[in-house]
Amino acid sequence: MNVRRPLCLLFAVFAIVGLSRAQDGDGADTASAEIIAEAAPVISPLPVPSVTASDVPNDDGSAILVEWELSPSDSVGGAVVGYRIYRAFADSGVFVVIGNRSARQNSTVNGEEVEPGVDYLYRVDVLAVRTNADGSSDTLAIPSQSSVPVAAVVQWFNTDRLWALIWFVIIAAATIYFIEKAKRGGNIYVRKIGGIDAVDDAIGRATEMGRKVFFVPGIQDMNDVQTIAGIAILGRVGAVAAEYETRLEVPTSRSMVMVTARETLKESYSKAGRPDSFQEDQVYYLTDEQFAYAAAVDGRIVRERPATIFYMGAFFAESLILSETGNAAGAIQIAGTAEPTQLPFFVAACDYTLLGEELFAASAYLSREPRQLGSLKGQDFGKGIFLLAILLGVILATANLIDLSQYFRIN
Amino acid sequence: MSLDIGVWIGALLTLGIFSFLYRDNPFYKLCESIFVGVSAGYWFCVFFFDNMVRKFYFGVFPSEAGIEPKYFLIVGAVLGALMLTRLIPSIGWISRWPLSFIVGATAGLYMMLFFVSNGLNQVADTMLPLYRETAGGDFDPAETLGTILVFIGTFTGLIYFFFSKEHKGLFGGAARVGIFFLMVTFGAAFGYTVMSRMSLLIGRMDFLFRDWLGLLG
Repeated sequence: MNVRRPLCLLFAVFAIVGLSRAQDGDGADTASAEIIAEAAPVISPLPVPSVTASDVPNDDGSAILVEWELSPSDSVGGAVVGYRIYRAFADSGVFVVIGNRSARQNSTVNGEEVEPGVDYLYRVDVLAVRTNADGSSDTLAIPSQSSVPVAAVVQWFNTDRLWALIWFVIIAAATIYFIEKAKRGGNIYVRKIGGIDAVDDAIGRATEMGRKVFFVPGIQDMNDVQTIAGIAILGRVGAVAAEYETRLEVPTSRSMVMVTARETLKESYSKAGRPDSFQEDQVYYLTDEQFAYAAAVDGRIVRERPATIFYMGAFFAESLILSETGNAAGAIQIAGTAEPTQLPFFVAACDYTLLGEELFAASAYLSREPRQLGSLKGQDFGKGIFLLAILLGVILATANLIDLSQYFRIN
Repeated sequence: MSLDIGVWIGALLTLGIFSFLYRDNPFYKLCESIFVGVSAGYWFCVFFFDNMVRKFYFGVFPSEAGIEPKYFLIVGAVLGALMLTRLIPSIGWISRWPLSFIVGATAGLYMMLFFVSNGLNQVADTMLPLYRETAGGDFDPAETLGTILVFIGTFTGLIYFFFSKEHKGLFGGAARVGIFFLMVTFGAAFGYTVMSRMSLLIGRMDFLFRDWLGLLG
């Protein structure tokens, strides 16, 4: 009992001093606050103590990071409902609103209309609900001091992606090495790819049956790497078809693909020693519309009953429509795509399917051209690094030693 | 039954395309030709106005004051015009230049994108500890099994796509496990996609029975 009384007195003294200080502070804050509604405050929140702005690193000079210390009044269930961020040109000092943040958030990235090399000032207002004596409430905006001037800077290199550069240089160097090796006559082994081995037989079948061969290069344009790979395979198919004197038709859904396919086939026929056999109308344009293209190709398959159909390139929802029609027409079908969602349909409906990267490897496999073989070997070198990294990374992560993924994860 | 001529045209064209399920017939040929012709014309107009008018013409000759002309678009227009040299056989070879530009630029642009998203980040996402725990620190058997399957599937799948080594012995066995994982994935994807195609069919049936025939409320 003797101890409790002095403690109570001491607490009372602190409470009185604290309240008087808080009232002094409220008076100063209220003077600088933009008061939206006129009313006598019961509790006035405190402003943001400090605002800092800095250039966002590793970018093209189009963003500035704004950070602030939370208002001391910003607590769970408190009066602070958010923050309003203002920006001004350092030479004009006229602030304009650039965004809002909710309570307990203390940063934002200003990434709009930021010019590199221009100095900006930032200010953060506390938005708070003020409860009046009569029980009503208003919203207050309590401004902070502005930040020091800051300008966005253009960075030449994104150091966050340094590891991507390192791995890329290693694999590219290996690829160049293997290309040079192949050019010097070094032996580069490529394993058998089932679907590609069947190309000659499939075209031979069409020759024996006296029917056409269809080559469908997908529905994407020449800016898709799968279309490029498909056109490379078309070169080989064209050469064999020219040699066997079998009619080859290429319906396309993109004008650029049509032009490229014509050039490729023309060259193939010339290399096969039959330049006169090539006719431009072997390669024709139907339409860019996905399902109209599918309907038109289906119609041709049913009417002309080709003995062999190749589907090589990027396919989407039309893949099963095409391949099922070809299957029903009794054609031998060889497909290749890197679209994971369409591979199941080709696997189900076609005789042979090149899965994903097999489509890209097929060109090297067919041509045996040193540059392509060396490139394929270089890519395998990269896959070897990835295999080793996965194995090591999993072992080290399981043993809780080192997180190797940090050297591979690129944002 | 609908009195809207647009609905009638849509319904008859839908039935025409569906008639292919029976066999090729003149009605299907008509619908196919309309579909191809209309869509080719439509896309020609879209590409022409999007690229030639909106992007190129208004890019080089802005219609509003204060907008800087984008003269670099002329480079694209010249490359596009070079494509037309194919119409003159004696200089048709020039049309290969824009083609080379497109193929080369595409390869360069996508190189790092694919290398990072299809290579590095997938490797990083596979490097997980095989022993997984719950938030409470207990052994999590389901998560552990999932992580082990992801590891084995990725590792052996990558081995399958190794082209410069013959698939035999232990390496060949791992590749077979990899193709097994791929086929299981394909099976699941097949079922999933078939279900989504069913919803497309339901949509067409709904159009026929509700919008056209008015049989559904």
